[in-house]
Amino acid sequence: MAENLTFRYKISGDDFTRAGEASSNVKSKLKQMGVDNNAIRKVAIAMYEGEINMVIHANGGTITVEISSDNIHLVLADTGPGIADIEKAMREGYSTAPEEVRSLGFGAGMGLPNMKKYSDNMTIESVVGVGTTVTMDIHL
Amino acid sequence: MTIQTLIDSGLFRSVVAGSTDKQIEKIFCCDLLSIAMSKAPEHGAWVTVMGNRNTLAVASLTDISCIILAEGVSFTEEDLECAREENIAVFTTPLPIFDAALAVHNLL
Repeated sequence: MAENLTFRYKISGDDFTRAGEASSNVKSKLKQMGVDNNAIRKVAIAMYEGEINMVIHANGGTITVEISSDNIHLVLADTGPGIADIEKAMREGYSTAPEEVRSLGFGAGMGLPNMKKYSDNMTIESVVGVGTTVTMDIHL
Repeated sequence: MTIQTLIDSGLFRSVVAGSTDKQIEKIFCCDLLSIAMSKAPEHGAWVTVMGNRNTLAVASLTDISCIILAEGVSFTEEDLECAREENIAVFTTPLPIFDAALAVHNLL
């Protein structure tokens, strides 16, 4: 790729059934570009978990995807309630998701741990009452 | 085996045929979508009782070969339309998860 490609997605916060559309879109684009399947899977999982988190906790947000020849950089920004204890939130099984979300098969406290597991680098910046920004890199 | 082989076996009701030449190489049983998202294998047949739109999103993102809804669970017509658009094979069965998975395993 000669130059970096950037895609921006607005994630709606009120429609849980549509969560995943942005991730699917990115997945298709990466496939068309001939990106390695393993890297596509990592991006799809990490981004989908982030997308779901935004819908469950933050009433939506924006996701920016920057694709360069050797890296995929994801920035997930929301203006939700923020994460009070990031260390706790990173623990597998810890969840603050409401019951209705759990009944749909989510909210098992796997979101952030999965994002960390499937990205090569992840940082979380969060201020309670202001919002959360998660950045992730998946190397190609 | 392929999706077509599973359709022809008559074991389950084929609701959406999907890409019938897709291979099934593994079986995966899970109802928690967060776990399925990180563990569902490519070319897997996913047996679950979680039949909602997000199941389809996870199936599409993980490249599993088909969804088998056990225990008589079904998708809504709207969700099935989405499965057709995404070309995801969907089967349904009144069998419990274990029996459904075992039946597929015996065909592999």
